[in-house]
Amino acid sequence: MENMKNETMAIELRKITKTFGSVVANNNIDLSVKQGEILALLGENGSGKTTLMNMLSGIYKPDHGTILMNGHTVTINSPEDSIKLGVGMIHQHFKLVEALSATDNIILGGTEKGIFLHKRRSEKIREISKRFGLEVDPEKKVYQMSVSEKQTVEILKVLYRKADILILDEPTAVLTPQETKRLFEILRRMKQEGCAVIIITHKLNEVLDISDRVTILRKGESVATVTTSHTSAKELTELMVGRPVELSINHPVTNFNENLLELHHLTVSNEQGYEMIKDISFDLNRGEILGVAGVAGSGQKELCEAIAGLLPVKKGAILYHNENLVGKSPKEIIKMGISMSFIPEDRLGMGLAASMGMVDNMLLKKYNEGNSPFVSKKEARELAKRLVKQLDIVTPNVDTPVRRLSGGNVQKVLLGREIASEPNVIITAYAVRGLDINSSYTIYDLLNEQKQKGVGILFIGEDLDVMLELCDRIMVLCHGKVTGIVDAKTTTKEQLGLLMTDALAGKEESHE
Amino acid sequence: MFLNFLFASIKAGTPLLFGTTGEIMTEKTGNINLGVEGMMFMGAFMGFYTGYHTGSLALALLAAFGIGVVAALIYAVVTVTFMANQNVAGLTLTIFGIGFGKFFGEAMIGKAGGSPKLSEEFMASISEKPLPVLGNLPVIGKLLFSHNPLVYLSILVAVLCTIYMLRTRAGLNMRAVGENPAAADATGINVTLVKYIHILLGGGICGLGGAYLSLINGGGIWNNSSVVNGQGWISVALVIFASWNPVKAIFGSLIFGAFSVLQFYVPKDVIVIPNAFYVMLPFLITTMVLIITSMKKSKEGSQPAGCGVNYFREER
Repeated sequence: MENMKNETMAIELRKITKTFGSVVANNNIDLSVKQGEILALLGENGSGKTTLMNMLSGIYKPDHGTILMNGHTVTINSPEDSIKLGVGMIHQHFKLVEALSATDNIILGGTEKGIFLHKRRSEKIREISKRFGLEVDPEKKVYQMSVSEKQTVEILKVLYRKADILILDEPTAVLTPQETKRLFEILRRMKQEGCAVIIITHKLNEVLDISDRVTILRKGESVATVTTSHTSAKELTELMVGRPVELSINHPVTNFNENLLELHHLTVSNEQGYEMIKDISFDLNRGEILGVAGVAGSGQKELCEAIAGLLPVKKGAILYHNENLVGKSPKEIIKMGISMSFIPEDRLGMGLAASMGMVDNMLLKKYNEGNSPFVSKKEARELAKRLVKQLDIVTPNVDTPVRRLSGGNVQKVLLGREIASEPNVIITAYAVRGLDINSSYTIYDLLNEQKQKGVGILFIGEDLDVMLELCDRIMVLCHGKVTGIVDAKTTTKEQLGLLMTDALAGKEESHE
Repeated sequence: MFLNFLFASIKAGTPLLFGTTGEIMTEKTGNINLGVEGMMFMGAFMGFYTGYHTGSLALALLAAFGIGVVAALIYAVVTVTFMANQNVAGLTLTIFGIGFGKFFGEAMIGKAGGSPKLSEEFMASISEKPLPVLGNLPVIGKLLFSHNPLVYLSILVAVLCTIYMLRTRAGLNMRAVGENPAAADATGINVTLVKYIHILLGGGICGLGGAYLSLINGGGIWNNSSVVNGQGWISVALVIFASWNPVKAIFGSLIFGAFSVLQFYVPKDVIVIPNAFYVMLPFLITTMVLIITSMKKSKEGSQPAGCGVNYFREER
């Protein structure tokens, strides 16, 4: 074997191009990772990170370009090929079979000999998880697992197959700070064992923390590769966005001193009948952003839907100017003159009708106005056009189905529509999920603007750094209970993390 | 009398068990095939036709299984490869299958100049006889071990399918494909191949159910109008009743078999209910079972999560 360079690259991508129809997702991308190195892949949404990685995992095939592994050209036609080459990918949306146990998910598709499944197959998994210090019950079914447990299963899957090239697509998006720390420890250990690791993340502090080098993608092209120790968050952002950006979130101070929404001992069950919100009380003031932090599935969704009148309340009261909203339908709540804006986490599912254009989506909120039996499209069209101008929404025209817009633009459409109805209360769940830095800041600015107008905002978030800067107070949910409401100015991320895992509240609930 | 009733219930439940097992294999791999009725009809014809001409039970069953596989192949090509809507493809297959059976059935009648009848020897090969030793046991011997060979075959198939599904690697892969094809694909499983194999296998088993109807229930005489008659639809519903487990389907098919033969065992002079009611009964019960089972909400023993949705790897 000839050794042209001092070190062989575990992976080398040369001039990779991939198009979807007329959209160029990846254009002539170069990228390389050494053995025993962690490479961060950074880029705004739609810059082609996931597409690029999916070509390594065999989901997509590149149109042009070559992939080299350990100096040899390889072709990856299917996930099977990729696995054989030692690539393990942990997808952003976990690829786990919910109805199966951890063990069965891990051994799935394996190449072991024998027709029958081993009765004691869990033992082997338990062994591996112990060796790497990963805690998971191999017999537990995936649907009963928390998000971080699911991720552990995904990591075990990769370890079980002895992959030496590990790709993680936004692995920390759903983890608490403590869980992230633990994940990084595992990654460092894998690095020491000579694995090549590629990690996709939006969070710059994590990039600086974990990676050795950073490759930055912009609009489907690789714009730069820098050594982590020689760079800064500011430089990375500029490379990513393509121009200097201000990286601090405004925090306007308001002075309304008026109570808007009060929740008393609220208990809510979800559709399956499980109590997801247990006896929680808090209040929301005018001109305030109240953050809601918590591990995914701690009851955020149910809280939002209960306030918006979509889920029945089992016990307790929701007072709005001393009027109880419990038992009223969303329509009645609107009729009472309360304008509440609910920006659900599932934008294209609950928030907007994906196959309708902006105009029709505006109508969804306004169809009931006026006396004519026919809807008036004129106003909706004007509103849509105004929003496009005000919020810089990028869309071919106002009748283009919203699902064709990028995530950031979809969120702007939704938020714009809700703000246009001049609400008193805005409930927003994961307002910037999946949005790039630029769009995220636009959304923060919009929310701040509303806050200054005296709107009370319930901000369900996941990035604790952002919440600490943006929110006035932060309420932490854990297993449907409030474990603390803290002042954002005096709290640290670690404190929030502890509240999120309920380490302070003791262990009243034992899980099996 | 009651013993006779149970005995007849087992007999009447057997085609349902074939149909249900076949459909379970199909649904567990993530495809709903509503063509069971059609596949059974095709199996009924091919089984009878082959038995009529060759006089061999083995060949008749093989032919019925084979035509079921061919029918399921049409469905698989349309849904797995061309990603057409599964419900529409299945319903169309039902219509096609019934037409196929009736068309060639009519031709067979025309050629034979009247209803074709299976040979004496053939009828002997599918007759009910007590098994050696076991058949001589009191009560159980008569009830469980004096059936025609196809009854045992159906139970064997159901048990084997269950063991395969739950205890083997291939079965695990197949369940994963049915639950979450994207996850299965990411682990290197050939989703398309797994789907094809099990849809075809399921179709073949449904075909056997059809053969049972024409060979056993028909009493050796081909009757174009009432061969399958809704049994395929009950089988589809039984899948839910059996919570996607062929062994549970054994009991499910027994219950539904009981309902379909109930009219012959109710003392007519004591309870007077119009015959049409009895004919309707299995379907009424099916509807009720569907309502009740759809109210339960548990991840286990429920429909595979990927069922009804075609999988396309590059979908974004």
